Amino acid sequence: MINLTIIDRDGGSRAVEIPEGINLSLMEVLKASEYDILATCGGMALCATCHVQVIEGPEEYFTATDTELDVLDTLPYAPPASRLACQIRISEDMDGMVFKLVGEE
Amino acid sequence: MEKITTDICIIGAGPVGLFAVFEAGLLKMRCHLIDVLPQVGGQLSEIYPHKPIYDIPGYPDVTAQQLVDNLMLQIAPFHPTFSLGERVENLQRNDDGSYNIITNDGTTVHCQVVVIAGGLGCFEPRKPEIDRLTDFEGKGVAYMVKNPEHFRDKKVVLAGGGDSALDWAVFLSNVAERVTLVHRGDTFRGAPDSAEKVFELAREGKIDLVLKSNVVALTGDDRLQEITLLDRDQQVSHVEADHLIPLFGLSPKLGPIADWGLNIDRSAIAVNTVDYSTNIERIYAIGDINTYPGKLKLILCGFHESALMAQSAFKYVYPEQKLSFKYTTVYGVSAF
Repeated sequence: MINLTIIDRDGGSRAVEIPEGINLSLMEVLKASEYDILATCGGMALCATCHVQVIEGPEEYFTATDTELDVLDTLPYAPPASRLACQIRISEDMDGMVFKLVGEE
Repeated sequence: MEKITTDICIIGAGPVGLFAVFEAGLLKMRCHLIDVLPQVGGQLSEIYPHKPIYDIPGYPDVTAQQLVDNLMLQIAPFHPTFSLGERVENLQRNDDGSYNIITNDGTTVHCQVVVIAGGLGCFEPRKPEIDRLTDFEGKGVAYMVKNPEHFRDKKVVLAGGGDSALDWAVFLSNVAERVTLVHRGDTFRGAPDSAEKVFELAREGKIDLVLKSNVVALTGDDRLQEITLLDRDQQVSHVEADHLIPLFGLSPKLGPIADWGLNIDRSAIAVNTVDYSTNIERIYAIGDINTYPGKLKLILCGFHESALMAQSAFKYVYPEQKLSFKYTTVYGVSAF
């Protein structure tokens, strides 16, 4: 199991368990875990409604890819370590990571 | 102002809206399509024309633009008509049950049935959280530059760090009395040329560049007069401004459709899966814009939805006729 901690917009946090080997993005996992994420564009890094902030985890997860930065840079607000959850593929090295939801409800 | 009469008015000319023309055409129903984009194809043509799609039945792979081109060929026998580059603003219901749809250009489409195939929705400017922002819309706050002359000899504040913020800052520095560019970061990812030009103009004193700061509040009596900035060290400052142009990209929204009394569930239109009808008679929603239990945002699901929609819409277009289901392999495609 991959264990993640998700801090909701109201500050409350909850653990999310993900089976290993599933080929999903963090956005899809969050939606499936009934977090209030619009994911309007369906995972194409366009709408930024799956905007999250990395709080804890391996260093490489703190840096957004170019595709994400193209969108993140246009947002009025983006804290450090901002990512788009749709561009984060779930993998085993994410075990123990903490994310905070930022995107609009 | 154009007046168009048709059987079905389809809002959105993406793949699902286009295929709905085919399914309607098989039942002898004519279609007119409206799309805010200047070309057909929706996000396929606008966002990822060269990306291959692998889950269209019968095509091991097809690029998005090829699929759109093929759909246009497939629906050509039914001579659909188009209003492109226009945004649907109003819906009027007539006494006989038919509808008039009116666009921002004043085009009126009279139709028996409305099909919303709007995909992600309309891309609208993203609005930052700024105190009293909406109070000053049209009174100093604008989200795009339509006519640069409007800003001649004015004090203009631009907010944002993308290409459009950079490009307009450079352009308006020759037009406006004063240009201030406010960016929450201290670097720009936009085209390096534009970023370099902005820094150069700032060094020459032709642009006031305010980095690591956000616009947080607006003040003014009838019109915008002053903006309040907050920097990363929580220092507050004020800038006189006739205009504020927040440029924070576009975000997909339902737009005016959200006010038509349709059942909306998390930015999507709730439909009955029997025929993809909405809660309002004669209005259907198909493709990515609808939602129902088990909804998958797939083009192929939208194609299916368009077929069932057409079978159901028939009764409004031809109330006197009995619908008989026909295979194209038996009857072919009769153009009209």
